[in-house]
Order: sequence, then C-alpha cells, then structure tokens
Amino acid sequence: PNIQQGRQRCIYGEVSPTEAGGGSDSPAPKPAASPPSVPRPKDDFQEELVIRPLHSGDIYTSFQFRTLWETDFTRENKVSHYRLFPKSLGQVISKFSVRELHISFTQGYWRTMQWGQPYLPSPPGAELWVWFQDSLTDVDGTWKELTNVLSGIFCASLNFIDSTNTVQPSASFKPLGIGNVTDHQIVCTENLTPWKKLLPCGSKAGLAVLLKSEKLFHSSFHSQAVHIRPVCKDDQCKTTSWELRQTLNVVFDLHNSGQGKNEWSLFKMFSRTLTEACPVASSSKIYIDITDNSQGEQFELSPATPLLSQAVVLGDRRTFSVYDLTQQITFGTMRSLNLLIRGKSSDMLRPLLHAERYVAGYGLQTGEIHTLMYNNHPYRSFPVLLLDSVPWYLRLYIHTLTVTSKGKDNKPSYIHYQPSKDRVRPHLLEMLVQLPPNSVTEVTLQFERALLKWTEYTPDPNHGFYVGSSVISSLVPSIVAMDTNNSRERPLFSSFFPSKEESSYFVRVYTEPLLVNLPTPDFSMPYNVICLTCTVVAVGYGSLYNLLTRSFQIEEPSPGLAKRIANIIRKMRGVPPL
Amino acid sequence: MGLLSDPNRRRALISLLTRLNTPICIVCYMAGVAWFMGLAFEPFTLRTYMSENAMGSTMVEERFPAGERALATGREFSAHKKRTGGMPVEWLMKTMQAKGLEVFTQRFSRTLPFPDENKERYMVRGTNVYGILRAPRAPRTEALVLSAPCSPGDNNNQAVGLLLGLAEYFRNQIYWAKDIIFLVNEHDLIGMQAWLEGYHHTNTTGMDWSPLQGRGGSIQAALSLELSSDIITSLDLVLEGLNGQLPNLDLANLFYAFCQKIGVLCTIQGKLQRNDWDSVSGYSHAVQTMMLMVMKQASGRPWGDHGLFLRYHIEAATIKGVNSFRQYKTDATTIGRLLEGMYRKLNNLLERLHQSYFFYLMPSLSHFVSIGYYMPAFGLLAVILLLRALDLWVQLSTPPQRTEDGSSPGVLSLLTPLVISHLTGVALYMLPIRFQEMAVEHFPVSETEAVVLTAIAVYTLLSPGTEQGWRVLKLVAVLYLAVLLGCTALINFSLGFILALTLVPVAAFVTPHVPKVLSAFILVILSPACTLLFSVFFFQELQEMPISFQDGWLLFLSVISQGILDHSLYGSLVYPLITLLVYPCWLLFWNILFWN
Repeated sequence: PNIQQGRQRCIYGEVSPTEAGGGSDSPAPKPAASPPSVPRPKDDFQEELVIRPLHSGDIYTSFQFRTLWETDFTRENKVSHYRLFPKSLGQVISKFSVRELHISFTQGYWRTMQWGQPYLPSPPGAELWVWFQDSLTDVDGTWKELTNVLSGIFCASLNFIDSTNTVQPSASFKPLGIGNVTDHQIVCTENLTPWKKLLPCGSKAGLAVLLKSEKLFHSSFHSQAVHIRPVCKDDQCKTTSWELRQTLNVVFDLHNSGQGKNEWSLFKMFSRTLTEACPVASSSKIYIDITDNSQGEQFELSPATPLLSQAVVLGDRRTFSVYDLTQQITFGTMRSLNLLIRGKSSDMLRPLLHAERYVAGYGLQTGEIHTLMYNNHPYRSFPVLLLDSVPWYLRLYIHTLTVTSKGKDNKPSYIHYQPSKDRVRPHLLEMLVQLPPNSVTEVTLQFERALLKWTEYTPDPNHGFYVGSSVISSLVPSIVAMDTNNSRERPLFSSFFPSKEESSYFVRVYTEPLLVNLPTPDFSMPYNVICLTCTVVAVGYGSLYNLLTRSFQIEEPSPGLAKRIANIIRKMRGVPPL
Repeated sequence: MGLLSDPNRRRALISLLTRLNTPICIVCYMAGVAWFMGLAFEPFTLRTYMSENAMGSTMVEERFPAGERALATGREFSAHKKRTGGMPVEWLMKTMQAKGLEVFTQRFSRTLPFPDENKERYMVRGTNVYGILRAPRAPRTEALVLSAPCSPGDNNNQAVGLLLGLAEYFRNQIYWAKDIIFLVNEHDLIGMQAWLEGYHHTNTTGMDWSPLQGRGGSIQAALSLELSSDIITSLDLVLEGLNGQLPNLDLANLFYAFCQKIGVLCTIQGKLQRNDWDSVSGYSHAVQTMMLMVMKQASGRPWGDHGLFLRYHIEAATIKGVNSFRQYKTDATTIGRLLEGMYRKLNNLLERLHQSYFFYLMPSLSHFVSIGYYMPAFGLLAVILLLRALDLWVQLSTPPQRTEDGSSPGVLSLLTPLVISHLTGVALYMLPIRFQEMAVEHFPVSETEAVVLTAIAVYTLLSPGTEQGWRVLKLVAVLYLAVLLGCTALINFSLGFILALTLVPVAAFVTPHVPKVLSAFILVILSPACTLLFSVFFFQELQEMPISFQDGWLLFLSVISQGILDHSLYGSLVYPLITLLVYPCWLLFWNILFWN
C-alpha cells in the first residue's frame, strides 16, 4: 500500500515486506507500521534483541534498532535539526531524493539446512537496493553519486557496482529491482563502527553495549543492514513518517565460541552484560525463542521471566520470553543482566524450501551451472520464482536450459531471459517453476568461459571470478497450516479451518555464490612472454614463410659496360658473344 | 635464415648434413642421453623455493595436541570395520556428526571390464563418507580436501583416525577461510573417482554413483593420507598422477618446508636425500630417485588417491607414512601438526597454486629440474628424426638413376601399410576387453604379435616394392614418429623420452638393405612391448626389489592388465596411445625392413 510508482534502481532488490503479504519477513513481535496509540514526541527510538537457540546447538542473535521520525525530507525547506535520526543519512535522503534505501553487509552463508529460515535473508557480500522519488530525472547519475557517498559512510567499496553487474527485472516482477554485486566484500570492524555511530546511544548504553567487534566477528555468520523507508502514520495512510531500521544478525558457533558446551550467556557471547536501556529509547526488550522448550526439557533459562509473547514468525507460531530493559526489576540485585541459556542440540525439521548451486564439469572451456531446489513439504507443491543474474564472461547457452523434477521434465510456466552484452550488462534469467511435493528440482544451464582482455583480469586472476547468488522467492505453505494433529494448545474454535493469513508465508532463499575459473594467461612475466612471442613470430614465422613461398635461383650478374660494348661489336662482326 | 636463402650456401649445408648424417645422429643420441643423465647431477639442478607469497612469509603455529586420541579413534574404526566387513558407514557418520561436521554419503557401483587380479575385485560396490567443516563467515566458494582411503585389512586405520582427530581439532578453530572436506573413500581409486565425478557432476568413465548432497565450492587443494602404523619413521611424498600430470611444485615445497620445520624425515620415491652429491654413490642415488619418478610418470597411472584430482585442476599429493627400520621415530601428534601447518598455509592462499612449476622432475626433495632443463634432452633425440627425414627428402628429390623403373610409388602402396598397421593397432586395442574370458588367464599379446609380425613380413616380402617406395614410406613413418613423440613429450615428458630412447634408433637405422634376421631381432627388442618388459625389470631394480624372469613376466602381464583397467576406470591415455599410435608406427618400420 505504501509503494508508489517509484523509479527504481536496485541492487539485489527485495520485495518490500508490505508487498509480500502480511509483513512476514520482518520479526513479527513488532508490527512494522502500527500507528502510535499514545501521544509521543515526533521521533521515537526502539531497540530489541531476539535470541533463538538453534537445533544444531548454535545460537542466533538478531538486533533491531528502529528510529521513527515524522518529518518530510522532500519538502522545500531543508531539514536541519536532527535529534535521534542520524544526520548523515538524513542528508543522503534529501539530497538524492531517495524513497527507500536498503543496504546490507553480510559475511558468511546462512545455512538453511542447519539453522532454518533467518528473520531477514541476505546474500553473502554487500547488497544495496534503492528506490528514488519519481521526481528524479537522472537516475544513473544519481545512482553513481549515491553509491560513492554510501561507500564513504560505510567504509565499503560499493562504488564498484556499475552497469556490468546490474540488471533490470522483467515486467511481471515490478516491485523488485535486481542487480548484482560481484565484488567480494569482506565485512569487518571498519564497516561495523560507522554502523554503530548511526545509533542514538552509539555503543555507550542500551543493547548496543553488546556490540563488541572482537566477539561479533568470532562467529559463523554476520550480517548488518540499514533499511530506510517511509511508513504509514495512520490507517488511511495519508501521511507518512520515515523509518530507519538497523539490524544486525549474528550466529555464534557451538564449537568455536561455546567450546562444544551448549551453554550460552550474554557474557559468553558478547563479553559484556547489560546494565541499562538506552535512555532515549521508548522500548528496549530482549526476546528469547522458547517455542521448542514449552516443557522446559530442551534448555533452561536464568533468570526466568514471567513475561511471554506469542507471534507467528515465518509461518510458525513461536513463543518468546520477554525481558523489558526499561524495567529496573529486570536487572535484579546485581544491577546487571546476564542471561544464561543451557540446553542441548536436537534434530531439526527440514526446512520446507532450500536451495543449492554449483558448477559442474572440468577444464577451462565449458561448464554447467546446476541449481537444486528442494521442496520438503510432504504433500503440497508451490511455485517459486528463480532469479539468476550471471556475468557476461560466462556465455550461457540458453538452449541447454533444462528443468527436471523427479526425473521428469518440469516446464516453467514463465521464463524471462535477457541476454548479456559483452562488457555492458549481465545475463538475466527469471523463471516461475512449480516444485512438486517432496522433491528436488534441478535447473541446469551450460556455459562457455570467455577469454577476457588482458587488462580486464582482476589483480588475483587465478582466484577465479564470482557469480552472485541466485534468488529464490516463494510463498511457502505455513507450518501452522501443515500442523493437523493440533498438539499445541490452541482454542478449538481457531483450529477447524486454517486461517487465511497463516496458510502461507513469504520466503526468500539465496543460494551460495559461485567461484568460476576463467582461462587465465600467465601474468607472472608478461614482458618475457611478449618478447618471446614477438621474436618467435617475427624471426621464425617470417623467415620460414619466406623460405617456403619463394624459390631461389642463381642469376648471372649483369655484365659490365665494357663487356656489353664488346658484345655489341662481336654481334655486329657475327662472332658469338663473350 | 639468410644462410638458407642463399642457394649456394644452402646446397653446401644440405650436402654437409646428408654426408655427415649418421655421425651427427649418433652424436645427438649420445648427447641426449648424457644430458638426461646430467639432470640428476646436483650442481646442474635448482634448489626448490616457495614461489607463492601467500604461503611463504606467513607464519603459522602448529598446536595439534591429540595424536594419541586420534590413534585410539583409528583403533575404534578398525574394530567397526572388522565388524561390518567393509566401510563402517554408520559409525563414521555418527563420529563425524559428533565432531560438528556436516556429514554426507555417496553410494557408487562399478563393474570392471574384467576381474582385477591384483586387488581381487570385479563387481565393486561401496560408499564414500565425507564431512564438511564449514568455514565461519565464508560463503562456501572455496574448499580444501583431506582424504584417507578405507582400505581392506588392517591398512590405513591410523590415517582415518588421524583424519577424524584433525577434523575435531580444526572444527574448534576460528581462522578457516575455506571449507574443509574430510573424505573417507572406499575401494581407494574407484571410490575417489566416484566422489570426484559426483562432486563435479561429470561422468567420464560410466560409473554409477548417487549424487552428492553437500558441496563446498571450488576445491583449491587436496591431500590424501596413508598411514598404517602408530609410529612411523618417515613420510613419503607421492606426486605422480593420472596421465603423468603433476601438482604444482609449491605443494611439494610446502611439504618439504614443514618437514624441515617440524623435523620429520621426508622422502620422495622412498629415497632419503643425501648430501654427498660429489661422490659416485651420491650421484647414482640422485639418478635412481629421478629415474623412479620418470618411470612412474611414464606409466600414466595415478600413484595415489591424489592422482585423480589433477584432472580437475586441483593441486593434490599423497602423503604416505613409512615404517622402516630406521632409528628415527615420529608419533601421530607430530604428523598431525605437520598436516595442520600445511592446511593453515593452504588456507591462507588467495589464489589457486599457480606461481611455481607444473612440469618438473625431482632428483631429490630439495632439488628440481624444470621443463626448460629437461626438454633439450628430448629435443636432441627428436632432432635425429628430423635429420633422417631431411636426408630421405634430399635422396627423394634428387632424380633417381633410371635403372629398371622410374615411376614414382603409387599412393596405394603407401596407404596399404599405413592402414594395415593401424587396423592392427585397433585390433590390439579392442581385443583384450572383447575377449575377456581369454584375458583372464593371460593376455595373448605375444602370440598375437608373433602372428601379426609374420603376416606382415610375408605380405611385404611377396608384394613388389620399389627403391623409391620404401623411402617415401620411411619418410612418412619418421615424420609421424617425430610428431607423435613430440606431442607425447609435451604432455608427459617421461613417456615421450622413454619411447624416444627406444624408437628413435629403430627409426634411424632401418632400411630394407640391412641384414634381415639380426635387424628383426633388434626391432623386436626395441618394440614398445619389450620396452615395457625392460621397464618392469628396471623399475624393480631401482626399487631394490630385483625379481626373477618368471616373476618379471607375470608382473609384465599384470602391468598390461592394470594399464587397460586404468584406461577404462579412470581414463588413463597411455594404453590407447601405445596401441593406437605408437605400435602402428613401429609396425611401419617393421614393414620397411621387409620391403622387397
């Protein structure tokens, strides 16, 4: 509803949660666009931390910081007074007429098979997705400037995003703008520090105290993001306010950080405990997912809390223990909160949808990209939208495209393919595929490896070239709807017909990026190579060609003048010449 | 080149080359052999050095503590192996899972073209188990492989134990930037072939395997571990892979550097390094080491599980633990530390190993001969063929003395021997697998060959030939051989050199005018089959395991059957090369000898 036809120029775009039906890929404990019921200042800051013990024994922590501001960056007089909202981002919004901005830095790969679905999916590397106001005319120029400014703000090399790794999506996929980031962005402290500086309390108070880089980067997965978007202020959505949502998702590893013992505490994870909420925050809460622990057999939690909250997250009804940091009682007599979670790992239900991708074949001439999509639902099939963007230097043979499920040909109901142009734009392939229940669908596509010009190779050409993740988006049947035996305690009246909004939920899965080796010349001694080649061609080939194509004969030297005169005389005398 | 464009000087040069052709050829042959022998002389070789910067200066510490525990795991593995009578799949999966790896299995089956008598197998059915250590905060784009074969009997239990011990220790470290795949493969090379084909989703040899469920991106390097005792005295490095491919020299350098650092005795071809290069015994030691490498490379077989990785452009080597009666003892903890160090350095790699040499020979672990040094040895042999071809060309182009018939030989008289000898080659290629029942007892190579040779001799003696005819045929044959050997030597120097050593003299001297019986005998002695027979004896001699003629003959037959198996199981190209190209080429010379 709050999407107007904005011009879009997007990198790794995502369907806006409001478009995806029910806002389901944002954590449900807080509805995204709830109108405030009580009067409050014109800006508002909330912070929360969700902790989910994973079945593998690892632990998933997700920070969310939300700043709301009722202001209008686009009006004539410039906004100059900033309180909670970071000024640097506010200026970016007003200068570049940004309508929505999403930027994420991720290091690591979300292991769907071990960890289930994340609250906010993100691909490995950096991702940038921007919608501009429709008043903007020069999108390309603004885009270029914006990426450079954002590179400065986040200490990242986003300015490498250009047309060779950006694609425009097809018409049917209107709200989604897709591009690719081929640079292999390593996320590090230098990206975390500017991100922390955007928070109103910095890392001085509140939940942000926990964000110590030496611990955050001692983890299996790290993803930080900034999302800026307008949200509705009331039901009619006549006026909007700006929302800045900063998220940080970290998975701590049982074996690395936990030393193999499934015993977690805030101190063990972050080497800090909590003593206070951020003073300017209107709400500051910690949620702990205790759904798998309704009888307390899986893990124990101390100190215990009486506050419970229920929400449907990712199609599953989850129960959370809630710790409210604005209440002094939470911190107890020690005046500090150190949550302790002790538990054991257990087997997980296979995620309903997951995907993997790899390059098949050997040699440096051709290859084949295989994408496997698993539907683990026992009896329901569902459609998925597969989106592949492949750089131009892999020349796709689109006639070799095959889609097979359960050994049979699976004809996609919709295919959009945009061929690449060398050095200008990548391949774009979008497909709508129906995944049969309990099956693996395999998409294969052959390609040829292009030989680049010698200046086009990266400084480390033998490392290989990255191909970005493919994106699989789908409405997946809900686990709640799948649950027929009603073991959970629910009112009887609610369970006869599965409720509509819970019957399916939106999921986006990113496959792993690929590393492909291209034929690479020996760069170790280019001078020698050039000299040798030139010499061989010039000397060897030239003279050999000469010898082979010409025939040599001995020619009598032309006689001298005296001899010629003598011959003429002899001829006149009728005597044979000399 | 100005020299050649002057007709007078060209004529003089050509007459010099034709007049002194035989002496020059002999000198070239001697020089080629001498050059080759000189390669093992230490002052002529280069010291190995680490070319890859990412592995050179970076310091790593080795802290692997749990050698004893790894050996206990190995004993447990052995007990479970005995109980299940094969690969203890369940136990391995459970153990790997407990250590925090993502565990997957792969089933495979393969029916051999004929029973393999050495390993006593015909219908092979097995399971590979592998666990992937996911690198923290890495996007699954790169991987390293550590593999240990699950061998029959009591072999290699320690290797599997150490592999599991390393997996547990590696799992608790944070510094990994590449996924590490721990693979236990059943039925050694067949299992490895199935796994690699599954991983890269190719099928080159017609094997049945179930698709892999988990992958770690593109594999950068691999090591295969073979340990059969708790205490070992030295570690042996095996480099020779399929079709004579070798891993990048930096992998050998890495192994050598860590052996030096940790203080483990290391060998190559089972030979320790010696410092007395200036003495005769020191030199002959180096020659033996290099000759062993040449023989192994020429065979084109994978000499360890690593050999199959090389096809996929994955640098790989096998490390074998040797327990001989030396004084020096090394325990499992030390080997674990060595492997840990190697993997940490490989983990630091930014690019694939490419800085150092891919074509080299090693007279010892600390010295190597690069392609630029050994190619002249082959070049000197190959130039003989060109000189002979030049000589023949000149003889053919000078107008013949018109004695009885001056007609130039027809195309048919040239084509017939070519086609017949190639058909014989095709028959030799097809027959052993077609008639596998016969092949089970023994390969009827010698009998078939005798029949073929007599037939050709009779055929050529009966059919009329001209003086011009055999010259044209020999010119074709000599050039054919030159191209064939040149291409072979570029891909597999050792094979090309050994073939050149025996075939070049044949090609140089054979004419219809030499004494027939003696020459036929020499020709047979220098045939590819006899070269193989001599190589078998020579190889045994080099390994200090001399054998009697009877055993040697049996070994010779089993080597042939292994070659055919290698071809059909792993795609080795030596067998088709010999039967389809080299043998017909040799038959052409036989043809010339009996030219009427």
